[in-house]
Amino acid sequence: MYDIIIVGGGVIGCSIARTLSKYDKKIGLIEKNYEICQETTKANSAIVHGGYDCKPGSLKAKMNVKGNSMFPELSKDLDFTFNKIGSLVLAFSEDEMKTVEELYNRGIENKVQGLEIIDAKRVKEIEPKVSDQVVGALYCASAGVVDPFNLTYAMMENAMDNGVELFTETELIGLEKNHDGILVKTNNGDFQTKYVINAAGLYSDKIANMGGDYDFNIIPTKGVYRLFDKKKSDTINTVLFQTPTERGKGVLVTATYDGNTMIGPTSDKIGTVEDTTTESESLAIIDKLGKLSVPDLNPKNTIRVFTGVRAKPNTGDFMIYASKNMEGLVHCGGIESPGLVSAPAIAEYVEEILIENGMDTKKNPNYNPKRKGIVRISELSTEEKSEKIKENPAYGKIICRCETVSEGEIIEAIRRNAGAKTVDGVKRRVRAGMGRCQGGFCGPRVIEILARELNIDPTEVRKDLSGSKIVERHLKK
Amino acid sequence: MLNYDLVVIGGGPAGLAAAVEAKKNGIDSILIIERDRELGGILNQCIHSGFGLHEFKEELAGPEYAQRFIDQVNELGIEYILNTMVIELNKDKEIIALSEDGLINIGAKSIVLAMGCRERTAGAVAMNGYRPAGVYTAGMAQRMMNMEGLMVGKEVVIYGSGDIGLIMARRMTLEGAKVKCVVEISPQSSGLNRNIAQCLNDYDIPLYLSHNINKVHGKEKIEGVTICKVDEKWQPIKGTEQYFSCDTLLLSIGLIPENELTVNAGIEIGEVTNGPKVKSNMETSMEGVFSCGNVLHVHDIVDFVTKESRVAGKNAADYIKGINDSDGKKLFETEAGNGVSYVIPNYVVSGGKDGANLYFRSRKPYKKVEVKVLIGDKVIKTKKMPAMIPSEMVNIPLSPEEIANLNDKIKVEVKEIGK
Ligand SMILES: Cc1cc2nc3c(=O)[nH]c(=O)nc-3n(C[C@H](O)[C@H](O)[C@H](O)COP(=O)(O)OP(=O)(O)OC[C@H]3O[C@@H](n4cnc5c(N)ncnc54)[C@H](O)[C@@H]3O)c2cc1C
Ligand SMILES: Cc1cc2nc3c(=O)[nH]c(=O)nc-3n(C[C@H](O)[C@H](O)[C@H](O)COP(=O)(O)OP(=O)(O)OC[C@H]3O[C@@H](n4cnc5c(N)ncnc54)[C@H](O)[C@@H]3O)c2cc1C
Repeated sequence: MYDIIIVGGGVIGCSIARTLSKYDKKIGLIEKNYEICQETTKANSAIVHGGYDCKPGSLKAKMNVKGNSMFPELSKDLDFTFNKIGSLVLAFSEDEMKTVEELYNRGIENKVQGLEIIDAKRVKEIEPKVSDQVVGALYCASAGVVDPFNLTYAMMENAMDNGVELFTETELIGLEKNHDGILVKTNNGDFQTKYVINAAGLYSDKIANMGGDYDFNIIPTKGVYRLFDKKKSDTINTVLFQTPTERGKGVLVTATYDGNTMIGPTSDKIGTVEDTTTESESLAIIDKLGKLSVPDLNPKNTIRVFTGVRAKPNTGDFMIYASKNMEGLVHCGGIESPGLVSAPAIAEYVEEILIENGMDTKKNPNYNPKRKGIVRISELSTEEKSEKIKENPAYGKIICRCETVSEGEIIEAIRRNAGAKTVDGVKRRVRAGMGRCQGGFCGPRVIEILARELNIDPTEVRKDLSGSKIVERHLKK
Repeated sequence: MLNYDLVVIGGGPAGLAAAVEAKKNGIDSILIIERDRELGGILNQCIHSGFGLHEFKEELAGPEYAQRFIDQVNELGIEYILNTMVIELNKDKEIIALSEDGLINIGAKSIVLAMGCRERTAGAVAMNGYRPAGVYTAGMAQRMMNMEGLMVGKEVVIYGSGDIGLIMARRMTLEGAKVKCVVEISPQSSGLNRNIAQCLNDYDIPLYLSHNINKVHGKEKIEGVTICKVDEKWQPIKGTEQYFSCDTLLLSIGLIPENELTVNAGIEIGEVTNGPKVKSNMETSMEGVFSCGNVLHVHDIVDFVTKESRVAGKNAADYIKGINDSDGKKLFETEAGNGVSYVIPNYVVSGGKDGANLYFRSRKPYKKVEVKVLIGDKVIKTKKMPAMIPSEMVNIPLSPEEIANLNDKIKVEVKEIGK
């Protein structure tokens, strides 16, 4: 008998798991995929937005601004990368400056920290690579970029340290109200629980339907990105937005948490939430728009293109509420952008809803809010490197040459409580294969290490999703 | 801190030949640093034959070719360390390397950069569709099959007609896979003619020139590709689409010299080659630091690598002995003239005692050409060739006499004859 079952191992589900792990409760998180963090949370802009963009009074605005204020401490507690590099909304005409002013006023109303309207000269000081056409900008000092993967793993690892159980390859297929609470039916057995939290991302409307709730629909909207090689000449320092027009929010050019430059996303309504395809037309659009902000971006330096799908709700706001039809069921639906930055605030909001709905607040006596990340050998000083290798020689064996990732890091990524089971899972945790050769060299070795550590045959190792096997068979020995 | 006269970074054919040559020229204190678990570099995964025709006048397999140099390294007692990756090189010629034994600091009088190259990946060619499993660079598949004994697929399409892709077409066929086709966006292949004949024609594998992959099908694992013909501007031509089912897509779209160490050390890099700029003695812009092999520019045959590396090894030895062939002498730039994409070395040392070996490639395929080497506007050498293609590097040596009294740039140009 569980107290709480959380559906979905994206940033929202994992954040909720961690927040609720401070209570003395039996909590399980179910995830249909092979690993957590394999859907929307793995493909987005990774920006910790300031919060000036959201409609004043909306749940989005509240969650964003509160979430943003939680990031500095959260990143310390959970040891993931959050760089408060600031953002600029660039204006290229006096007309656009008016929009910048409106955004400023909206930001003040939303109580966003660190907002300022600046002139072209200041813009060029902050970001010398910006186009000379710039007239001025809205500067937001509290915005930043985050490692969305390790943010999510950190939350889940910490939740598990505090007793939460993780069930992967476990897909919710039905909800049934009974006298003990709710029966959660999955392809991997049933779970009896008091509360169910629907954090199923792109599928959150379908899960709501299972509980008899039809308050919102997801309108899948996709965004295409281009990620550049870490060349010094291409590096930028901040997050660069364009002034929103009727056509949309414009394309952003941003530094990533690890110092690559990235452009995107497009915003296209699509027929199905499954459609993460990338097409050359979209890339042509982001290339053109990206150049408006930073003229010397060179698509030749691309190392990866990818696509993320937003779980846009037709209601226009996050749908976080207790079901009216099924007692004990709480929805976190339609968590589109700014879902990442809002995640820690959303978790606390869900906590309040549960308490309002009768959850007792007996504390978990063993709760520890802190977690240590995997040490990155490439970031240690000379002495620290020596120390680490003495402690464990595997940290001196470099597997990924582009990002200088050692075997020790990869083994740790696999052995952690919410550890990697796939090649992409290793990549997202420790960056092996994330560099300019994209796993061309380290791929075979990562497969070998995964097979060894998971005690499976190399033919069983997957790239990411369950159908993504890599090795066909062994050649004759 | 350890100290050596010469440190060679990279234990592939380039590094090995340079070390051997330095030893033969009287240098005893030499260390080769290799990050892989054995010496030999990329040749260890090239189990096909065809290596060494120039150098040994026989056809060797890659590992055999490498072994000849590994044997010499052992016979000459040259020191090497494996499983050790150089992570930093600084302006004082100090090296930091990482291994399971810890961090090593090494000082050197002279250094040879021989780090090889890596493959261009899927990110560089933005294709329509998902990013499923089953898409590999050809070299990765080669390593998995030839070194780990793991077969990657049953039905294969190859994108790009680089040599590694061509060789993998044959290799996978021999292991029972069906190679459906090779798709090349350019009107000509980027691989050697001999590889097209031996790896595609011999096995009836079609090569679609001026074709691009329009779409990748399949989400978790690749299920097929749609290809189509492209016009001169590489734009798709409607109505020419063809679908091929496959569970494997190999990318063979070129190699890039691996120069992170070089760039971080502040050494000047050439724009076309992506490798360090070198003088005719193979010295880079950092005094006493030499370079050779694929890290300098991508070679199609290893024999040229060996030839070039000997020059680097010999000059590193001389440098250690206090003779720097480039010191105090005038340098003259080389120029890629009409029809030529680049020339290595980037500078020729006037009066250089070993002359200069010019390596270059044509920009496009030519039939019947005359290649001219000019000093200023004076032609000093011509070479007639029945054909020239970008994938086949050409070498023209200049004797010490020919560069004894340089007074102007050296230009290489291609002229079509009989037209
Ligand atoms: C293009 C784009 C750009 C964005 N940019 C930003 C940004 O810059 N800043 C920001 O703050 N936010 C941004 N976002 C939003 C942010 O990425 C999302 O809000 C957030 O990742 C949503 O997390 P989630 O946990 O709700 O969804 P997901 O990460 O999709 O997780 C949901 C999980 O539920 C699982 N699941 C679904 N159905 C079932 C079932 N039946 N049984 C079991 N498991 C199930 C799924 O497999 C999945 O793992 C962006 C989003 C996109 C698409
Ligand atoms: C896949 C492939 C197939 C080929 N087929 C043929 C053929 O059929 N016939 C032919 O004649 N030629 C062929 N060639 C060309 C020829 O073999 C290569 O040009 C030659 O091997 C290049 O030698 P190299 O030493 O410059 O590079 P490599 O062989 O790549 O060696 C470089 C070495 O440096 C090491 N290294 C790199 N960085 C570091 C560091 N930081 N620290 C320590 N060590 C480092 C690497 O591990 C590697 O061992 C082929 C090349 C390739 C890539």
